[in-house]
Amino acid sequence: MAYSDKVLDHYENPRNVGTFDTGEDDVGTGMVGAPACGDVMRLQIKVSPEGIIEDARFKTYGCGSAIASSSLVTEWVKGKTLEEAMTIKNAEIAEELALPPVKIHCSVLAEDAIKAAVEDYRAKQGATASDTAASAA
Amino acid sequence: MTSAEKLPIYLDYAATTPVDPRVAEKMIPYLTELFGNQASRSHAYGWRAEAAVETARAQVAELVGADPKEIIWTSGATESDNLAIKGAARFYRQKGNHLITLATEHKAVLDPMRELEREGFKVSYLNPEANGLVDLAAFQAAITPETILVSIMLVNNEIGVIQDIAALGAICRERGILFHVDAAQATGKVPIDLKTLPVDLMSFSAHKIYGPQGIGALYVRRRPRVHLEPLIHGGGHERGLRSGTLPTHQIVGMGEAYRLAGESMGSENERIRALRDRFLAGIADMEEVYLNGDLEARVPHNLNVSFNFVEGESLMMAVKELAVSSGSACTSASLEPSHVLRALGRSDELAHSSLRITLGRYTTAQDIDFAVALLKDKVAKLRALSPLWDMHLQGIDLNTVQWAAAAH
Repeated sequence: MAYSDKVLDHYENPRNVGTFDTGEDDVGTGMVGAPACGDVMRLQIKVSPEGIIEDARFKTYGCGSAIASSSLVTEWVKGKTLEEAMTIKNAEIAEELALPPVKIHCSVLAEDAIKAAVEDYRAKQGATASDTAASAA
Repeated sequence: MTSAEKLPIYLDYAATTPVDPRVAEKMIPYLTELFGNQASRSHAYGWRAEAAVETARAQVAELVGADPKEIIWTSGATESDNLAIKGAARFYRQKGNHLITLATEHKAVLDPMRELEREGFKVSYLNPEANGLVDLAAFQAAITPETILVSIMLVNNEIGVIQDIAALGAICRERGILFHVDAAQATGKVPIDLKTLPVDLMSFSAHKIYGPQGIGALYVRRRPRVHLEPLIHGGGHERGLRSGTLPTHQIVGMGEAYRLAGESMGSENERIRALRDRFLAGIADMEEVYLNGDLEARVPHNLNVSFNFVEGESLMMAVKELAVSSGSACTSASLEPSHVLRALGRSDELAHSSLRITLGRYTTAQDIDFAVALLKDKVAKLRALSPLWDMHLQGIDLNTVQWAAAAH
């Protein structure tokens, strides 16, 4: 399969590879996919008190397109608010990387990973907020 | 030539092999001066072509211990498999409607079987043991009074395991069942003697053993005679079993390739076994690496290895200096891991993490050393990227994880 130059670039020089401590309150973690399908993406975001994504990390098990899709979204989410990050669509990822039709699922997975990371962060914040409310009462 | 000058290094000999220069040299005159149609009985051009075709037939027969009259030319092993399986099943249909094969066979066997199912035959697809070999008791248990044909390959194309054809054939012979063997990956690698082997039909290929693409043969036993319904009708070539003008240059190439294989099989196998062992020794200190298929009952040319927690297609992309093949069919639209590895009971992630590395006549020790070093480097790089590797290091059993997406 011929990969686009952008896929090759992200594959050979993946951006923001790594791990944040999932226990930290300002970290949201999204893990999507399954080994049986040949793709697992873990995307993590670090969110400022103002709700801005300050940093992101990923690790991906999958084909070159899956690695490139997750590397790309770590760049895209940085500096965005949670709401803005939630508007990133798989079609934009697929277009940016010129993914062939058989690899579109990689971009879908990357979109799912953003949503899962944001939801995880919000769930944590919700839990913290109610803890605070409970202790204040 | 240094390794760098012939990149990527070819380690995909089970897919196809280069034509041996000695074979190419023999073929060329039959494209230009000796271009006759061997079916032309009225002039010397035809006679010379016929003589060349018959010499090649004897060369192929010689390597496998057959009578030249038992060798039918085809376009390749796929056609041979089709002719053997569909031809025999349709001819002997009144004797019974049950066929047996393995789930790990090549698609050139599995697809004709599917076609016969559409025609009303019943087919049993047996799973081999975890090492890729068929269990004789399980095989015997699958036979019914309706069974007319069994098709089992001698050497598996993906994992290189060698089935016990003599034992399987003996069981078939005892029950009066025809036995077809796909030997496309076997000739020149394992000795074959059809004088003693209880095999009725055997498929051969030229391009897997340094002959040209587009030519193959089918062995059809004469005593006791095996009948086939032909697939291709026309001028009645090859005793009516396969019509069509014979491609003399291809046939000459196949004959010469088989002659050379007979000459060098012993020494070549030893050389390749040493290279295979060098590779295995080179990767011995890597963690979570699994050889797929039995190591003992296996041709030395084949290594099918799963690098756990690394996905096969991305690994192939990382080792682009090597021409190898992935056990995962992710490059096709199916996104399914190899049907062979699945039939061995390998987990999905191991099946997705496999590479098939196949060695051959022109593989050198330097090629092996380069491949080992590159694989070690790239597997380490991809594992550093892999969340599954992280989880493994944390001691998490991936089978206990509830995975989010089952849709892909």
